Amino acid sequence: MENTPAVFVNRASERAMRIWTIVVLLFIYLPMVAVVLASFSKIRFFMFPIKSWSTDWYVSVFSSIAIRDYLSTSLIIAALVTVISVVLAIAGALAFARYDWKGRSLYQKLILLPIFFPQAVLGLAILLWSSVWDVAPGWELAVFAHLVWIVPVVTLVISIQVYGFDPAIEEAAFDLGASRWQVFKEITFPILWPGIFSGALFAFLLSWGNFPLSSFTTGAEQTIPEWLYAKMVAGYTPQVPALGTLTTLLAGVLLLGGYWLGTRRRK
Amino acid sequence: MMNAPGPSSLPKARKDSESVIPMPGSPTRLQAFAGWARQPGVLLSLPALVVFLFGFLGPLLLVILYSFMPARSFGLDHLPTLENFVTVFQDSYYLSFAWSVGLALATTVILMLVCWPVAYGLSRIFRRSMILTLLLVLPLFVSENVRLFGWVLTLLNHGILDGTVRTLFGWEIPNLLYNVPVIILGMVYVYLPFTLFPMALGVSMIPESCREAAFDMGATRWQVFREVEIPLAMPGILIGALLTFVLTLGSISEAKILGGQSVIMIAHDIETAFTYAQNWPLGSALSTLLILLTGVLVIGLLSKLNIDKLLSRK
Repeated sequence: MENTPAVFVNRASERAMRIWTIVVLLFIYLPMVAVVLASFSKIRFFMFPIKSWSTDWYVSVFSSIAIRDYLSTSLIIAALVTVISVVLAIAGALAFARYDWKGRSLYQKLILLPIFFPQAVLGLAILLWSSVWDVAPGWELAVFAHLVWIVPVVTLVISIQVYGFDPAIEEAAFDLGASRWQVFKEITFPILWPGIFSGALFAFLLSWGNFPLSSFTTGAEQTIPEWLYAKMVAGYTPQVPALGTLTTLLAGVLLLGGYWLGTRRRK
Repeated sequence: MMNAPGPSSLPKARKDSESVIPMPGSPTRLQAFAGWARQPGVLLSLPALVVFLFGFLGPLLLVILYSFMPARSFGLDHLPTLENFVTVFQDSYYLSFAWSVGLALATTVILMLVCWPVAYGLSRIFRRSMILTLLLVLPLFVSENVRLFGWVLTLLNHGILDGTVRTLFGWEIPNLLYNVPVIILGMVYVYLPFTLFPMALGVSMIPESCREAAFDMGATRWQVFREVEIPLAMPGILIGALLTFVLTLGSISEAKILGGQSVIMIAHDIETAFTYAQNWPLGSALSTLLILLTGVLVIGLLSKLNIDKLLSRK
């Protein structure tokens, strides 16, 4: 694709595409900038232009013990979801793309179904399901609900890496007398690592930002997105945009840091 | 098992031994199954499959069962009835269904138009620029509530837009929030990546040679777009459109946060039935209709797709 003849992509339309992409990026980031601005406003109710600035709301976020609780709930859920979903998805992705077996095509499609389903309704269905099994809502149920949606996503992400993987390398190692575990540890895992790493990043971030599944499954406990929503609806304080900014910042840092690690490894 | 048997070697070996030594009864079938079940692919698929069966299929089947229980019952030990479905059609719940379908359709169409140039640029002109991709992915990881709240701050009276216009020109903008167009804006905003990325995948499936050949034969830019690019990118376009439609159909936050109850979405009705109204069977009946609608569309499309071909490109 390096030698695309310029005549086929006309200059004017190329410029139009660039401009449009910038417009779309502005559209995406305008409300996020609004959240950041609101978090630095001194008065309780947002007025623009901002007359007096302050970082008090960040101080109050950091010193709030309640928010620390929500933070730890969110982190525990996201960490567990990441670990469990990556382990399940490595196996799932090998079945998805590495091995050829009867029923694979059906499996590929079944596994993807939860991605194509509204999450709020899935959350309620899982809540109903938990009542049958006598499981009380709580962060454990939220982990389960997140897994239902995130395992397919991570399986898909790792599968894309598996498609580019040459099984002959594994077979060569077997021929040289390596055990099954050695082959996985020394050959398969390192080759699939970029996919596994992106999968883990996706799992953590998707769980971290999730609202619809958490809101019906955490019961009395709250995650950060749930607390933000509750405060938006009733009892707004600029702690909402301040914490919103911090969570966005964390997502951005993880994403860029992950990308940076990924490119460094390749060099 | 030691040497990672090829997909067909194991079952075939079994069949051969069966033909030599005929077994009494029907263990042949059993053996064929055992041979199939011992393939590494089958074994490796099990964990993800268990999550699917126990976490997705189970809950949805339970919802469907509950929809046939008498209103306000909390158990499955009643005689099945259709009263909940009658209630759905008599109590104007079809209105929230109609709103949801309408808004989802509008959002999907708008996003197709908005995303095509970006998807095209992303996989052709910007050479899969990583930074651009990251910038477009990031919103997926920020809770949609926070981002929708950003729109509230932007469009509020004395918000970013109103405040800017006031200071610069001294005009006052009428209230922009709490109406249908702003709900659509919120949906377009939240589901943009879900249209964009599958579409970009579709665009990357257009072989350069096909476009060149079409141009060589004197096709115009419009003809190439309509008769070469769109059909070849179709799998990606369809996945993006379906994903967007289905997720928008079952969304709540946009209508709640930006719409301020001016429109009630079907998922909102479902939530109310399950929580405040404590009427699980009614909520289940509404969910069942939603499951049917999305199920028909999603299974219809997925059954036609060749996933290997779609993903192993690049």
